[in-house]
Amino acid sequence: MYKLSGKLKLFSIVLMVLGLVGLTYGFLNTPKTVDDVKEILAAQNSHHEGESALSENDETHKEAFVDQARGEEGYAAAAMEQHEAQMDQEHHGNHLEHVLHQLQTKPWSATLVSAFFFFMIALGALVFYAIQYAAQAGWSPVLFRVMEGITSYLLPGSIIVVLLVILAGTHFYPWQNHELVAEDKILQGKSGFLNFPFFVIRAIVYLLGWNLYRYFSRKNSLNESATDLNPYRKNFKISVFFLIFFIITESLMSWDWFMSMTPHWYSTLFAWYVFASMFVSAITVIALVTIYLKSKGLVSFINDSHLHDLGKFMFAFSIFWTYLWFDQFMLIWYANMPEEVVYFVMRIQEYNLLFFGMLVLNFVFPILILMNSDFKRVPWFIVIAGIAILVGHYIDIYLLVMPSTVGVNYSFGITEIASIAFFLGLFIYVVGTGLSKVNLRPEGNPFIKESEHYHY
Amino acid sequence: MSSHYEAPIREPLVTGEKSYHDISVDVGAPVLGKANKSWWIVFSIALVAFLWGLGCIIYTISTGIGVWGLNKTIGWAWDITNFVWWVGIGHAGTLISAVLLLFRQKWRMAVNRSAEAMTIFAVVQAGLFPIIHMGRPWLAYWVLPIPNQFGSLWVNFNSPLLWDVFAISTYLSVSLVFWWTGLLPDFAMIRDRAVKPFQKKIYTLLSFGWSGRAKDWQRFEEVSLVLAGLATPLVLSVHTIVSFDFATSVVPGWHSTIFPPYFVAGAIFSGFAMVQTLLIVMRKVSNLEDYITLLHIEYMNKVIILTGGIVSIAYITEYFIGWYSGSSYENYTYLSYGAATGPYWWAFWALITCNFIVPLTLWVKKWRRNIMWTFVVALVINIGMWFERFNIIVVDLSKGRTPSGWTMFSPTFVDIGIFMGTIGFFFVLFLLYARTFPVIAQAEVKTILKSSGERYKRLREAGKS
Repeated sequence: MYKLSGKLKLFSIVLMVLGLVGLTYGFLNTPKTVDDVKEILAAQNSHHEGESALSENDETHKEAFVDQARGEEGYAAAAMEQHEAQMDQEHHGNHLEHVLHQLQTKPWSATLVSAFFFFMIALGALVFYAIQYAAQAGWSPVLFRVMEGITSYLLPGSIIVVLLVILAGTHFYPWQNHELVAEDKILQGKSGFLNFPFFVIRAIVYLLGWNLYRYFSRKNSLNESATDLNPYRKNFKISVFFLIFFIITESLMSWDWFMSMTPHWYSTLFAWYVFASMFVSAITVIALVTIYLKSKGLVSFINDSHLHDLGKFMFAFSIFWTYLWFDQFMLIWYANMPEEVVYFVMRIQEYNLLFFGMLVLNFVFPILILMNSDFKRVPWFIVIAGIAILVGHYIDIYLLVMPSTVGVNYSFGITEIASIAFFLGLFIYVVGTGLSKVNLRPEGNPFIKESEHYHY
Repeated sequence: MSSHYEAPIREPLVTGEKSYHDISVDVGAPVLGKANKSWWIVFSIALVAFLWGLGCIIYTISTGIGVWGLNKTIGWAWDITNFVWWVGIGHAGTLISAVLLLFRQKWRMAVNRSAEAMTIFAVVQAGLFPIIHMGRPWLAYWVLPIPNQFGSLWVNFNSPLLWDVFAISTYLSVSLVFWWTGLLPDFAMIRDRAVKPFQKKIYTLLSFGWSGRAKDWQRFEEVSLVLAGLATPLVLSVHTIVSFDFATSVVPGWHSTIFPPYFVAGAIFSGFAMVQTLLIVMRKVSNLEDYITLLHIEYMNKVIILTGGIVSIAYITEYFIGWYSGSSYENYTYLSYGAATGPYWWAFWALITCNFIVPLTLWVKKWRRNIMWTFVVALVINIGMWFERFNIIVVDLSKGRTPSGWTMFSPTFVDIGIFMGTIGFFFVLFLLYARTFPVIAQAEVKTILKSSGERYKRLREAGKS
């Protein structure tokens, strides 16, 4: 039996408290009026000697450029206003309002990035778990309790994320701004899908579906015994149906929660790309938690070979993520169609280091470290690769959200760190408690003996 | 616990009272025996189709591409459809031999040899089309970056059609090497069993002096693993690059970022359908029902369900994003309301029926384990996946951005003749293969006999081992 140690419990609670304090500071410290924004911009100007004025203009150009390419119909209100502002000094106020809005969105975005990051680890682990069942894997049943421990974060994590996306309103989703939609034919065309009630209903359906599978699969898994195969068979069945449900809801979720932040932009690959990020992070966390438990001597039945296999999955899905990243990026770069490139123009011009740095962490680093099969059996190698992968995918989620919601006004400060601290604390606390509920050795699974004797 | 332990819940992969010797005899029989009458009949039909196709190819090259049904709007139709279809079919072979090796799927051992053969023969067919659809195929060597007397005039590396050249040629060579490496122990087995001196001579040459020492086996395993590790990204990238031919363009319906993984999933989907088509017949005529069992067919059906599901999700995504984009040009793409009701409605519904609706029946266990039904579904999928490529290429081109360029496509007998010809050529190669190559990787099957053979499982359950 594992028990969440008092030290770790205290640590997670301290993280949560500090995180909450930092988040409160972040939310309270946003500018309230246009005058505040003027002050902030003035302060920035004195620092950068007019550099930011230049980038403001750049941004205005970009947005106007995007919508001009779609013809008269495509004028989003914001772009329209900015276009005018560019020519007419009197309208300068509109630009400040735009910046004000982005600054007010910052703490929301920072919270979503961390909330989603930790939530997607739990969801990804659940998918990995379902796949192990559906594939009748012989190597992984010894890891089932570890995976179930991680997915215990799914319930709190998913509730928080759903609440965030529902409550954020126009902070994230311009299509929820009625004035904007009234002036924008493209958004009107999408309103059959992008409307608030349907958005909420969808979010609740995902929430229910994922959590119900997690609840029943855990229940069946605990009921498994060598004499009665029924719970195992049930789990096999619901895993298959969960995987179908998941691939559909995951697509919808990515379009809902992330793609619709820039409602004019679209990419067919987007949902699968988000999935790749989710999946590789989850496998990494499964490996890290296993290594932690093993270092405590609690899971002696998990051997080097299991670790080796997890390492191979980390390696393979890092490459898979890169494959999808490259497909999406290269195809949009190559065709260079104005309504699509805006997504990468913003990310490359304003987030250059993060955008390309993430490739080093998510691809170059894991591929070099995890290529050698001996290294994949050495815990500290897996830990190092794992940390790089997790940091890299945090940046990935950061780049999914920030450029779309706060644009050029991004930073990494108290709010961002606080949100990581809060959700990390919550994650440690919930997963630690989840792991300590039952014996870590799954007994009744029909493949458990194969799994325990597994050597590669 | 012995290293042969396997969970009792797993079904046996080799049925009957098979011993190592039985495996050698069963696998060697078609090679060492004589071809029967029906083999000759089928071979003759395939040969005639091949020769007819060859005639059509010669006619095209000597007369001009104008003998095909292409027009100024639709410059790609059956040629590239067939190319992508054949490349796609080839992918299942590599998936079975490489990806399933990485996933340690023991069931792949009875099917990998034929699947790889299918890959190689299918890629050969595919490789014809990039050459013969050229206006001036005798200048095809200009696609290679070789120093020359035009002031060293080189190719432009920005074109996906050039990437195709590298992808397909690499794919063919790596598949060939991977396949041949696996054949060495099996050729050696045939060599040792052959009695006719000429046959012995041939298989001695083919088996490269394989003697099966421990060190050889160890290296053999390592090479297989490394090649599998290399072939997996290769197989993904090859069809990805094929999909780039379309996705890098700005044609509505073609320019879609999901194409790379979606084409790969479609390739595996169609490839497995072709494996089913071939193996269901082969297990019968070559008496290999104890090795390619119902369980193998069911497993392959499950892969078809999975990849078919992925393809379906991609269809839905394409359809949805086409609507979501708000672009009026997307209204006529191959997965749009316009396509479903337009002049190519039959092609749209053929795609939906063959690739989505009919494969859904495989969810029912009884049908999934029904050999006849599997055969029918596999054929339907092969047709459906041909329509998928036809729709992507022709439907999207037929209604482009300017309505004055809208037109229809109809193939001529030459288009059809060449396609028939490649099918003939494929079967000529495959039939010759089935008579001369060990169609089951007997060396590999022998490694799972004691863990997954029916007889040994029974003994184990009775507590005798």
